Amino acid sequence: MIRLRKLARAASLLTTPLAPEDILALFNPVFSARQLRGVVTRVVPETADSATIFFRPGRGWQAHLAGQWARIGVELDGVRHWRSYSLSAPAGQDPAITVSDMGAVSGTLVRNTRPGDVLFLAPPQGDFVLPEHPRPLLMLTAGSGITPVMSMIRTLVPHRPDSDVVLIHTARTPADAIFREELAELADQFPNFRVIHWFTGERGRIDFSSVAGLDELCPDWRQRAAYACGPESFLDDAEALWGADTATAEPASEATLTIERFSTKLAGGAGHDGGLVTFESSDREVEADGDTPLLDVGEDAGILMPSGCRMGICHSCLIPLRAGQVRDLRTDEVHGEPGQLIQTCVSAAAGPVNLDL
Amino acid sequence: MTIVSDKPDLSEDAPQRKAPAAVKTRPGALAETGSPTLRPPAAAHLSDEQIAELGRELDTIKDDILAKRGASDAAYIRRMIKIQRGLEISGRATLLVSKHKAAWVAGTTLLSFAKILENMELGHNILHGQWDWMRDPDIHSTTWEWDFVTPARAWQHTHNDLHHRWTNVIGKDNDVGYNLLRMDADQEWKPFNLGNPLYNALLAPVFEWGIAIYDLELNDYKEGRKSKEALTKDLKALGRKALTQFTKDYAATPAVAMLTGSGKQALYGTLTANAVRNVWAHAVIFCGHFPDGTDTFTEEMVEGETRGDWYVRQMIGSANISGSKFMHLMTGNLSHQIEHHLFPDIPSNRYAEVAPKVQEICKRYGLPYTTGPIWKQVGSTWAKVFKLALPPKKA
Repeated sequence: MIRLRKLARAASLLTTPLAPEDILALFNPVFSARQLRGVVTRVVPETADSATIFFRPGRGWQAHLAGQWARIGVELDGVRHWRSYSLSAPAGQDPAITVSDMGAVSGTLVRNTRPGDVLFLAPPQGDFVLPEHPRPLLMLTAGSGITPVMSMIRTLVPHRPDSDVVLIHTARTPADAIFREELAELADQFPNFRVIHWFTGERGRIDFSSVAGLDELCPDWRQRAAYACGPESFLDDAEALWGADTATAEPASEATLTIERFSTKLAGGAGHDGGLVTFESSDREVEADGDTPLLDVGEDAGILMPSGCRMGICHSCLIPLRAGQVRDLRTDEVHGEPGQLIQTCVSAAAGPVNLDL
Repeated sequence: MTIVSDKPDLSEDAPQRKAPAAVKTRPGALAETGSPTLRPPAAAHLSDEQIAELGRELDTIKDDILAKRGASDAAYIRRMIKIQRGLEISGRATLLVSKHKAAWVAGTTLLSFAKILENMELGHNILHGQWDWMRDPDIHSTTWEWDFVTPARAWQHTHNDLHHRWTNVIGKDNDVGYNLLRMDADQEWKPFNLGNPLYNALLAPVFEWGIAIYDLELNDYKEGRKSKEALTKDLKALGRKALTQFTKDYAATPAVAMLTGSGKQALYGTLTANAVRNVWAHAVIFCGHFPDGTDTFTEEMVEGETRGDWYVRQMIGSANISGSKFMHLMTGNLSHQIEHHLFPDIPSNRYAEVAPKVQEICKRYGLPYTTGPIWKQVGSTWAKVFKLALPPKKA
């Protein structure tokens, strides 16, 4: 490895200002000096609107723990978009994401991804992982919330005969239930795994308002470490139930609930209302109107803003957006995604904005 | 707009935040309405309303392109990058056996093309932010570094900010002669200027070094507008960049070529390729603002400029080069200098499609649209270099 690094350094004398990887990328798209990439190896349809995408990551990726997620960059009409997806493959195997078509980015991933395509990646992360010590488990999932839990089940159930897992998965109809066949097979094969499918199209939502529903589905739920993943309201209800139960339990309950939320977006105000601008590294907050360039807002607050032409042509004033949205003062277009570099001299706040400066 | 709160800084040893030293001069953004103190003669026949309308028409052209910009443009720049890197490694590899004459010619030619493409269609345009919209950190104005001695960041400041904002304003845009040549009759004549043609001829083959020195803004330092720290920082950045550039072409490549006994030939090859690129870049860039028909401006003509007036100044201060698709590519589409100055950050592959619309607008508003084949434009700039070497005739 050390020799390889020396070789790379020697080669860079000949390739500067490029890195040797930039030249190697001509032959293998996974090579890049600057960004982690992966090549799609296989795409497996799961339901009518979901698919599992297997990929081979380049150097810099680290093996994922069951339940973790990764940021995936996809190009839509030439523009890079980043989203986070849970990894559904078991720990120790090549990574895969299972994506449900819920918007422009996930739709493109589900419908237009082919083997050989390049995905942009960030290494896996997340604390929604299996407990360190073996415990009986209860998994509560709804819709595409099954994906991180599937990775846990695949990792644990076939390899640990001493494990004890109950999965309650809710989906609208049998056809919408991702991994239904595989889960049924696992349950057949391994007595330590029980799966309960709950179809909301037939029975409505699981009633979390009292413990009765849960008592019926999984009588020993209080003895289990519980994991839940699904839409916001599903998780809120589960959290409320566990909270109420542990507060009143006699004797004290050992029930724990670990939840994984899908990231929530900061709502950006539309139109010209402006908003609170937070300069994160500078620790400043400024209330800005919707017509003043962020560059002026920052300078008025005494922040050393990079600047140039002040008319949107030179790109000297770019600052990464952390959260929120901005309005292009030239076109009135409201745009912005976390990580996007914005031209502060022609952008105003459209709702609350966080800047990385 | 008010400052609502200062998040409390709880760490005790946090440095005290200094108040801004002085009121920072903020160059005024463009005026909403009205006209500059003096409108350039070529546009003097236009009313404020006409200029405003012209501005709106040009805005529409830009909006159309931005709406169309997408996957095909992304594919274009990626294809160009691949082609350029292919030329670069095949050229350099061929030079490793350049003791064979055919290999020397082939290697030098490939490398010359690679360097031209790299500087013009890739470097110049990516560093303008033309491809920032893709949000690809590999093809981005904030990360790109080029095969040119001057560090990308230094060049971006003098070029994108100063030159493009103050295009052809005497006293503001130092690109008018690069502090070395007398390129406009309004620049005061000094005996030094007698050497104008000589300096220009000497500059062309080492153009990249000239630009590197120019980007240090030594005049600003001498006149107190640039701090010593800033200069030291720039000098260090230039030193590092120059060292790696020099090592690659004049030490590492010949050293590897020595294994086949081609060391000396490889050195001549890289020297030639750099010189070819320098002469070409010098010619193209001089054709952008100096041929007959391009105007320069006084500071009065900028004061109170509206967006429309700014557009007009870009159009009448720039000149195009006419020619084949290949020629346009080799100039990095700077042959569409007029369109580039109007819209410096639209993708270069779109300039050709914008050009006829801009030309039509110029015609309709009675504004000059300067263009011509490369030999004519180069000849015209050289004629100016010679003419302005001499003091102005006394009236």
